[in-house]
Amino acid sequence: MAPVSHAPIASGSRRPPPQQQTGLWLWINRNLLNGVHNWVLTGFAIWALAVTIPDFIQWAVIDAVWISDGPEACRATAGACWAIVAEKHRVIFFGTFPYEEHWRGVLVIAIIIGMSVLSTFKRFWSYKLFFGWVATTAAVLVLQLGGVFGLTEIGTHQWGGLPLTLIMFAGTVVGGLPAAILLALGRRSSLPAIKALSVGFIEIVRGVPLITVLFMASLMFPLFVPENFTVDKFVRAQIGMILFFGAYTAEIIRGGLQAIPRGQYEAADAGGLTYWQKTNRIILPQALRVVLPALMNDIIRAFKNTTFISIIGLFDVLGATSAAIQDPEWVLYALEAYLFIFALYFVFCFSMSKYSEHVEADLKRGRNL
Amino acid sequence: MTSNPGTGAGDVAIELRNVNKWFDQFHVLRDVNLTVGRGERIVVCGPSGSGKSTMIRCINRLEEHQEGEIFVNGTELTNDVRNILAIRRQVGMVFQSFNLFPHLSVLENLTLSPILVQETPLAEAEERAMELLKRVKIPEQARKYPGQLSGGQQQRVAIARSLMLRPDVMLFDEPTSALDPEMINEVLDVMIELAEDGMTMICVTHEMGFARKVADLVVFMDDGEIVEAGSPEEFFNDPKSDRTKLFLSQILTH
Repeated sequence: MAPVSHAPIASGSRRPPPQQQTGLWLWINRNLLNGVHNWVLTGFAIWALAVTIPDFIQWAVIDAVWISDGPEACRATAGACWAIVAEKHRVIFFGTFPYEEHWRGVLVIAIIIGMSVLSTFKRFWSYKLFFGWVATTAAVLVLQLGGVFGLTEIGTHQWGGLPLTLIMFAGTVVGGLPAAILLALGRRSSLPAIKALSVGFIEIVRGVPLITVLFMASLMFPLFVPENFTVDKFVRAQIGMILFFGAYTAEIIRGGLQAIPRGQYEAADAGGLTYWQKTNRIILPQALRVVLPALMNDIIRAFKNTTFISIIGLFDVLGATSAAIQDPEWVLYALEAYLFIFALYFVFCFSMSKYSEHVEADLKRGRNL
Repeated sequence: MTSNPGTGAGDVAIELRNVNKWFDQFHVLRDVNLTVGRGERIVVCGPSGSGKSTMIRCINRLEEHQEGEIFVNGTELTNDVRNILAIRRQVGMVFQSFNLFPHLSVLENLTLSPILVQETPLAEAEERAMELLKRVKIPEQARKYPGQLSGGQQQRVAIARSLMLRPDVMLFDEPTSALDPEMINEVLDVMIELAEDGMTMICVTHEMGFARKVADLVVFMDDGEIVEAGSPEEFFNDPKSDRTKLFLSQILTH
């Protein structure tokens, strides 16, 4: 009996794929109006927006007072009093930094944001970036501390506002990333002492809240050292933030190191590379690319974590805002001041988040950044 | 560096003496003895798990042997890191899964080691890289990344990469096992050319045609020991041990 299986030869000429239905209406049908439950949810959402949006616009835009010489105009309206931002912007942005030196703060903000943006470009990802940040640190310290080039000396206890937030943030990331990389490598080290130290450090720091680390740095550290030995409060907080960031990020980087196939290590070994040549040129470049999206998440969190330093008496931009609204004349309009700060944080975090998305898309497109 | 008084001056490239190795309790290499003459080609075959890959990986210290001695160019392989690095720079290795560096271009894959290890100037390293890429017949792929190449092309790049340091010895660890059938010959052709140029080679492979054509010695391993070794004619036409006969019947029937 002949087999049943057969395969007739067809002459399939090449042609484009069949037309896909697209368009807004199709999207609405598929996503908002498919099935009773989505009709109900869509209806509820539209009703909720219809109730809240007009009132908010009325308050925030139409009835709002934008600029005013004093709080009187704000008292006369039911709308938002954005005038508080204009009135208090110097305190919000610069805290207790001497008024006539605020231009130095503006420069610091510009330098740090500029350098951060440059750091996101792939073509600058090399040792040049490291030297760039060394130069940035020097410039920022000169501008903030003064005492040289005829600049008035300003103690760190007078630092505040957005420059302080950005210095804390940049310091945390720039100091914490190398620490994290070393800790992650240490945790995978074949040398027992280095491995035990890394594991111990990571687990202890991860086991306590950031607040505790900062309290340790600001309150308990001075109790443990001789009386005449003092370390600046800002420096102590900065070190605490770096250690905390380092411990968390080390675990993320370790994940990246684990994702690199054993063959990569072996090929580097067989090529006669030393441990550090292998680590710097083969393993880390690949591991960091793998974890970049997760790393950006940690960096965004580090930015928001800078708000904790106000608890130990440093006036970051949020702390400075809280201080600014203590003015009894304006105390009624704290909400507007906080909304402004909310928007400020959102702009920073959302830009970082967007950048992270862009990097992720790049990674998906091909393995080569 | 320790020199080896027992080895005849320049004519022995690699010598393994009573090498033993365990993975935990598992005795993976049992009293392995092998001498490889300069310019000679050894093909190692045997069933999977027989220890053949482990044996050649011991020669450049990707695996550590626990007993016995291994000499490369008269230098004994010890725990001294400088010693290990020096030996690895004299021994090239080609892997089953290519192991090219995916974040570097083909050219960078080739020039990395010479630039870092021998401090070769970039221009000189690139010139040599292009020469070798011509030799493996893919100079036009130099600027591409490994992910853009076929398996056969990647393996040829890997061979070129391992030749960059001008090694005295080449180790091949099943270089064609991960390749699609239509790409096996392009890699074997490069290896045959290399053999004809007089390179000392140890190849773990199941390509028996290759073994017949280029091998000076075919070594059969089973269960961690060398069971039989002989010239290709002896090995294929007149195998001595039953285990060799069984193995040959298993791989040659289809």
